[in-house]
Amino acid sequence: MEILVCVKRVPDTAENEISVNSSGSDIERGDLVYSVNEWDNYAVEEAIQIRDKAGGSVTVVSVGDADSEEVLRREMAMGADKGVLLSDSAFEGSDGKGLASILKAEIEKGKYDLILTGTQADDGAGQIGGMLAAMLNLPYASLVNRIEVLDGKKIKLGREIAGGNQEISEMDLPCVLSIQTGINEPRYVGIRGIRKVASVEIPVHGASDLGVNPGSVGKAAAGVSRVDYYVPALGKGAELLEGSIEEKVEKLIELLKSKGGIK
Amino acid sequence: MALQIYVYILHKDGVVDDTALEMVAAAGKLDPAASLTAVVFGSKTDAVCNSLTASFKEVWKIDNDAFSYPNSEVIRGILARIIPKGSMVLVAHDHFGMDLAPGLSIKLDGTYLPDTVGFDGIEGGKLKAVRQEYGGQVSTHVLCDISGGAVITIRAGAFRAAEASDAGGAVVDKTADALAGGLPGGARRFIEIVEAEVGDVDITKSEILVSVGRGIGEQENIEIIKELAKAVGGDVSCSRPIVDAKWLEKSRQVGTSGLTVKPKVYMALGISGSFQHLGGIKGSPFIVAVNKNPKAPIFQVAEIGVIEDLLEFVPMLTEKINEMK
Ligand SMILES: Cc1cc2nc3c(=O)[nH]c(=O)nc-3n(C[C@H](O)[C@H](O)[C@H](O)COP(=O)(O)OP(=O)(O)OC[C@H]3O[C@@H](n4cnc5c(N)ncnc54)[C@H](O)[C@@H]3O)c2cc1C
Ligand SMILES: Nc1ncnc2c1ncn2[C@@H]1O[C@H](COP(=O)(O)O)[C@@H](O)[C@H]1O
Repeated sequence: MEILVCVKRVPDTAENEISVNSSGSDIERGDLVYSVNEWDNYAVEEAIQIRDKAGGSVTVVSVGDADSEEVLRREMAMGADKGVLLSDSAFEGSDGKGLASILKAEIEKGKYDLILTGTQADDGAGQIGGMLAAMLNLPYASLVNRIEVLDGKKIKLGREIAGGNQEISEMDLPCVLSIQTGINEPRYVGIRGIRKVASVEIPVHGASDLGVNPGSVGKAAAGVSRVDYYVPALGKGAELLEGSIEEKVEKLIELLKSKGGIK
Repeated sequence: MALQIYVYILHKDGVVDDTALEMVAAAGKLDPAASLTAVVFGSKTDAVCNSLTASFKEVWKIDNDAFSYPNSEVIRGILARIIPKGSMVLVAHDHFGMDLAPGLSIKLDGTYLPDTVGFDGIEGGKLKAVRQEYGGQVSTHVLCDISGGAVITIRAGAFRAAEASDAGGAVVDKTADALAGGLPGGARRFIEIVEAEVGDVDITKSEILVSVGRGIGEQENIEIIKELAKAVGGDVSCSRPIVDAKWLEKSRQVGTSGLTVKPKVYMALGISGSFQHLGGIKGSPFIVAVNKNPKAPIFQVAEIGVIEDLLEFVPMLTEKINEMK
C-alpha cells in the first residue's frame, strides 16, 4: 500500500491566544507556537498503522515555507518513510483550489493507493481532500473514523455522521479520504525520535519541478482571498465575575443556587 | 442580473431540515432578487417537495430508490450533470455538505466558500462573506469571485430562518435528467449505519451538566470534575477531545457529532466554545464558563464567565459547596 498524507503547519490553538494585529491584516504571529494540524496527526498515525499491516510506504507532503519542514520531520519521526516539501514563492496566497492543484501535481508524480488529508485545518475550511479527489477523479469520503483494508483493491470505511452514529461503506482504491480525530491514538514523538530523522534529506519541489504554471496558483489566481481579520462581537457576552478567586467562588455559588445549579 | 441560486435540501422521515429555511435567508442576504431553486434528492419525496413550494420558485424533485440513503459520491456526479455551470449552490455545512461540496465546486468549475456565517454584499463580481478561523477566536472577511459560479456551505444556525412565504413555486421532476447516463459514483458503496453506543448515564436528560474540555490537561484531573458534579448533583459531560483521548465515553460528548443536551445549567470548564460543541447545547440553559483565555468564544454565549485556571478554581468551588452542606 503506497500512502500519501497531506500535512499542514498551523498555530496551535490549544497553546495560543489568537489575536488580530493592529492593522487587521493578519493574526499576531510573533509569539505563536506552531505544530502539525491536529487532524493530520491522526491521518499520519492511521497511514503508519496500515503500512505496518499491509506493507508499502508512507509519504508526508506539505505546501508551505521552509518552516514547514519541521512538521514533515516530526511526522517522519512518528514513522513516515518520506517527506516532501512543496515550496515556491509562486505558491504564496493560494486559495484552497490552488493548494489542491499543487498537491495534485505532486501526487501525479507518484503512484499512490491511498491519499489522506485531515478533516480540516486552522481556517476550518475542510476543503482540500474533497477538491483533490475531484481533481484526480478519485472516489472520496470525509470524516473517516475507521479504515479496514479488505484487499489490494478495496477498503471498508466508517464515516462520522450526526449524533455519534457511523456510516459504513466500501470503497475502491485508489481513493482520497479525510480523517477525523479519534480514529486512533497518535503515538508520542520524543526528542530522540526527532533527532533520529534530523539529518534525513527532505526534497523541496517548486512550481517548475511539479510542472505547475505559476500563474494558475498563488494570490493572483485565488478565487477566494481574505480582506481582514477582526474579533467578532457575537451575543451580549458573559458577565465576568470580578475579585479574588475566593470572591468568585462565593459569587458563583450564589448564582448557581438561584438558577437551580446546585441540588 | 438576479442570481440563480440552487439550495440543496436536507430532509429526514419526510420532514425538511431547519437548515433549508436558514439557507433561504442566506440566499436573500446574498441577493434579495435571487431566483431560488430547491434541489431534493430522495425516495418518496412528494411531501417534502410540496412543503417547499412556499419558499422556493422551483423545487427540483430527484426521486428514486437509489437515493433512499444519500451517497454524496452519487449525488455529486448527478449535480454536476444537471446544475448549469456558473450557478450558485448553497449546501449546509454538516457531515453531508462537507462530503459533497468541495468536490462539487471543482466539478462545476466554480469557487468554493466553506462554512460561511455571513454575507456582506457583492462588489464587482466579488462576494464579501464572513467566516471564522482558529476555532472561532477570530473572524475574517473574505472576497469570493462568483463570476463563474460558486459552491457555498452555510453554518447551521448562522442565519435566522426565513419565514415560510408564498413563493407559489412549482415542483419539477428532474429524475429522468438526473439518471440519464446511469448512476455515477459506483466506487463508494453504502453498507449500513452503526448506531452510537448508549452510555451508563443519559446526559440528554440531565438538568445540571458539569462539562469538561481539553483545558483539563491530564486524564487524572478529570477527578476534580467528577467531584464537582457530585457536589452539585449533576452529571459529567465533555467536549470532543476528551472522548478522542478516551478519557470519557462517547456517550458523554456534547456537540454536533455527539449528543444534544437541554440542561437547566451547563458548566463549561476548559471548553473553548467551538460551533460544533455549542451546536449540541439546546434549550437556552444558564451557561457558566471557566476558562483562562478571556478571548475564548465560549464567553460570548455564556451568561457568567470566570477567568481562572480551572485546576485551581474547580477544587475550591467543590470544597466550598461541600462545606455548605
Ligand atoms: C465535523 C466535526 C464535528 C465535531 N463535533 C464536535 C462535537 O460534537 N463536540 C465537540 O465538543 N467538538 C466537536 N468537534 C471539535 C471542535 O471543532 C473543537 O475542536 C472542540 O470542540 C474543542 O474542544 P475544547 O473546547 O475542549 O478544546 P480547545 O478548543 O482546545 O479548548 C480548550 C480551552 O481550555 C482553555 N484552558 C486551557 N487550560 C486551561 C486551564 N488550566 N484552566 C481553564 N481553562 C483552560 C483554553 O483557553 C481553551 O479555551 C468537531 C469537529 C469537526 C470538524
Ligand atoms: N498547505 C498545506 N499543505 C499540505 N496539506 C494541506 C495544506 N493545507 C491543507 N492541507 C490538507 O488539507 C486538510 C484540510 O485542510 P483545509 O481544507 O485547509 O481545512 C488538512 O488537514 C491537510 O491534510
